[in-house]
Amino acid sequence: MTRAERRKAFWDRNRKSGGYLLRKRTKSVLFRIGRAILLFGLCFLIIQPLIQKLCVSFMTEMDLYDTTIVSVPRHFSTQAYTITWRLYKGIPTFVRSLCLSAGVALLQMLSCTLVGYGFARYKFPLKKLLFGCVILTLIVPPTTIITPLFLYFGDFDIFGIIGKITGSGKGLNLQGKALPYLMMCATCAGYKAGLYIYMMRQHFRNEPKELEEAAYVDGCGRLRTFFQILLPGARPMMVSCFLFAFVWQWTDQIYSRIFFPTNTWDLVSTKLFNIVNLFDGENKARFGMGYVTQTAYANQIQATGSLVALIPLLVIYVVAQKSFVESISQSGIKG
Amino acid sequence: MESEKTVLDNVGEAAETMTAAAAAEAEEVKEEVMDVLSETTEEAAEVAADEVVEEIAEEADAEAEAAAAAAVAINRKQYPSAPRKKSKNLARGNAIAGFLFVLPFIIGFLLFLVYPLGMSLRMSVSKVSATSNGLTFSSVGFWKPGSNFYKIFRDEKDFIEAFVNELKRMLLFVPGILVFSFFMATLLNQEFKGRAAVRAIYFLPVILASGVFLGIDANNPLISNVKEAMRADNSFSNITNTLEKILLTGETGNKFFQYVIDIVGQVYDIAMASGIQIIVFLSGLQTIPPSMYEAAKMEGCTGWESFWKITWPLIKAMVLVNIVYTLIDFFTRTDSALMTLISDTLLIRFEYGKVAAMSWSYFIVIAAVLGVSALIFSRGVYYND
Repeated sequence: MTRAERRKAFWDRNRKSGGYLLRKRTKSVLFRIGRAILLFGLCFLIIQPLIQKLCVSFMTEMDLYDTTIVSVPRHFSTQAYTITWRLYKGIPTFVRSLCLSAGVALLQMLSCTLVGYGFARYKFPLKKLLFGCVILTLIVPPTTIITPLFLYFGDFDIFGIIGKITGSGKGLNLQGKALPYLMMCATCAGYKAGLYIYMMRQHFRNEPKELEEAAYVDGCGRLRTFFQILLPGARPMMVSCFLFAFVWQWTDQIYSRIFFPTNTWDLVSTKLFNIVNLFDGENKARFGMGYVTQTAYANQIQATGSLVALIPLLVIYVVAQKSFVESISQSGIKG
Repeated sequence: MESEKTVLDNVGEAAETMTAAAAAEAEEVKEEVMDVLSETTEEAAEVAADEVVEEIAEEADAEAEAAAAAAVAINRKQYPSAPRKKSKNLARGNAIAGFLFVLPFIIGFLLFLVYPLGMSLRMSVSKVSATSNGLTFSSVGFWKPGSNFYKIFRDEKDFIEAFVNELKRMLLFVPGILVFSFFMATLLNQEFKGRAAVRAIYFLPVILASGVFLGIDANNPLISNVKEAMRADNSFSNITNTLEKILLTGETGNKFFQYVIDIVGQVYDIAMASGIQIIVFLSGLQTIPPSMYEAAKMEGCTGWESFWKITWPLIKAMVLVNIVYTLIDFFTRTDSALMTLISDTLLIRFEYGKVAAMSWSYFIVIAAVLGVSALIFSRGVYYND
C-alpha cells in the first residue's frame, strides 16, 4: 500500500466511524507529545546540574567572570582539573577511598546477608522485637549517636574484658583508626545497614521453602544448606547490596568525618567536603592572607571536584544499573 | 524412619515380655516369701512382697529402657542423618540457629547503638565538661533552669525555629515526593521508545543525591552567601513568579495555591529525592495483572474508576513502604538547617550536652511522626500474597 492509499483508507474509515477515529487518533498523538515533553523536561531537570558542572569545569578563570558566557567555554582549559587533582592529593586518596568503600561494602553485605536469612527463615523468640530494632537502627539520626561513638572508641572496651587482658584496666584507644568502623560494619551497625537487612530478608522470604526442605531431607545441615543451596540464588541481591553500600560509603561524610580525620586518612568524600576551604587556604598561602578567593572560581573548583568524585560512581551505575533497580523493585514487593 | 519405627516396636515388645517375665518371677518369689514367713501376719507379708515385686518390676523397666536406648544408638550408627527425636528438638535447634544467624546484628545493636544512645541520653541530662581524664558528667536534671532541654527550648531561638521549619518542610515534601513518584511511576510504566534510558536517568538521583553531594552547596560558606543574596533579591522575574502573583491575588483558596506553588518551586529537590520511591511504585504497578484492567474495561469501567477500584487498593502497601522510606530519608538527611545547627554546636561550640538534648528531642519527634503515619496508612492495606 502506498502512502496515498493508506491516507485514503484512513479517511474512509474515519467517515464510516462518524469522526470518532480522527478524534481518537488526535488525542493519542497529543497525549504522546505531551508525555514526551514532560519526560524530556524532567530528565533535563535531573541532568542539567551535571551538564552545567561539566561546562564550568572546562572554563578558564577569565571565562567565569564573563557574563556573555553561559555554558559553553570560550577558552577551553583543563586547569581546574589540575588544581582539583592536586587538592585531592591524587591517586593515593582515590585508592584509599576505593579500598575502604569496597571493604566496608563487603563486610556489610556479608553480615546483612546472614542476618537477613536468619530473619527470613527461622522462628525464634523475640524475633518481632528484634526486627523492630532493625527498623529502629534506620530511624536513629546519625548525629544522635556520633559523639558518644567517638568518645566510646577513645576508650574502647567490652564489659571490661580488654582492660583485664592488657592489665592496664583501660580500654584501647581506637580513634582515627579504621578498625572501629569495620567492626561496626561487620556487626550490621554501619551506615544504612538496616536497609540492607530488609532487602536481604525480603529476598529470602520470596525463595521457595521447598528448596531447603529438599536439602534437609537429603541430609544437608543448616549451614551447608545456607551456603550451598540459598547463597548462589541470592547472588544478584548481594551484588546490589554491595553496590549500594559501596556508593553510600564513597559519598558518606558523616561517619567518615568522625572516624577518619582528614590529615591521616584522606578520603574522597571528606576532601570534597572541604575542597573550597582547601582551595582558599592554598590561595592564601600563595598570595598572602589578604587574598580573597572569588566565589565563581571556588564554585568552579567545587563543581570539578564533584565531577571527579562522581566519575567512578557513574561508571558503576552505567555498568550495573540493572541490579540497582531490580533489587529495589524486588524488596518493595509484599511491603 | 521406617526402620527406626520397627526397631522401636521390637524394643517395646521386648520390654513388655521382659516386664511380664519379671512379674511372673516376682509372683514366685512372693509365694516363697509367703511360705517362709507364715508366722508373720498376712498383711505384713503382702506389703513386703509387694515391695519386692515393685523393685523387680522397676529393674525390668530400667533394663527395657536401656535396651531401647541401645537400639536407638545402633539405629543412629546405621542411619546417621535420621532426624533426632522429633519436632520439639527441631524447633529448639531452629531457634538456636536463628539466633546465631542474627547474632551479628544483636551484638552490633547493643554495642554500637543502644550503648551510644544511652550515653547520649545521659549526656542530655548532664553538664558535660572536658577534663584531663576525658569527659565528666554532672547531672543537671531534665527540666529546670540550667538543664539542657530547658536551654534549647527556652533560650535557643535558632533551634526552635529550625525545628518548626523542618516539620513544615516535611508537610510540604513528603506528600510532594509521594505524588510525584507515583505520577512518574505510572508514566514510566507505559510503553514508549527509549524507556530504558529515561528510567536510568530517573534513578540517577539515588547516586547524585547521596551523602556529600547533597549538602555540598549548603555547607559551603563562600557559595551559600551568594545564593542567599540571590534569593533575597526579588527583582528578577520569571514565569512561575508571575503566575504566582496572578493566582495569589484572588481571595479564596490562597493557602492552597500557596501550598501547590511551594511544591512546584521545590520540584528539583523533590525529583532528586524520589528515585527509590519511583522504583518501589513501579514494581508495585508491574505486579498488577493486566487482565484485571481488561476485565474492568469489559464491564464498562472508565480509567478513573479502574484506578480507584484496582490500582489504588493494590498499590496501597507500596504507599505505606514509601511513606516510611520517605520520612526516614527526609529526617536523616544531613543538609537540613537543623542538622547543620546540631553539627555546628558539636564541632564548633563543643556543647555535648546541648547536642545530645537536641538530637534526642529530634529523634523522639521522628519516631512519633513515623509511628502515627504508619498507623494511619497501614489501615486497610491489602497484601497480595
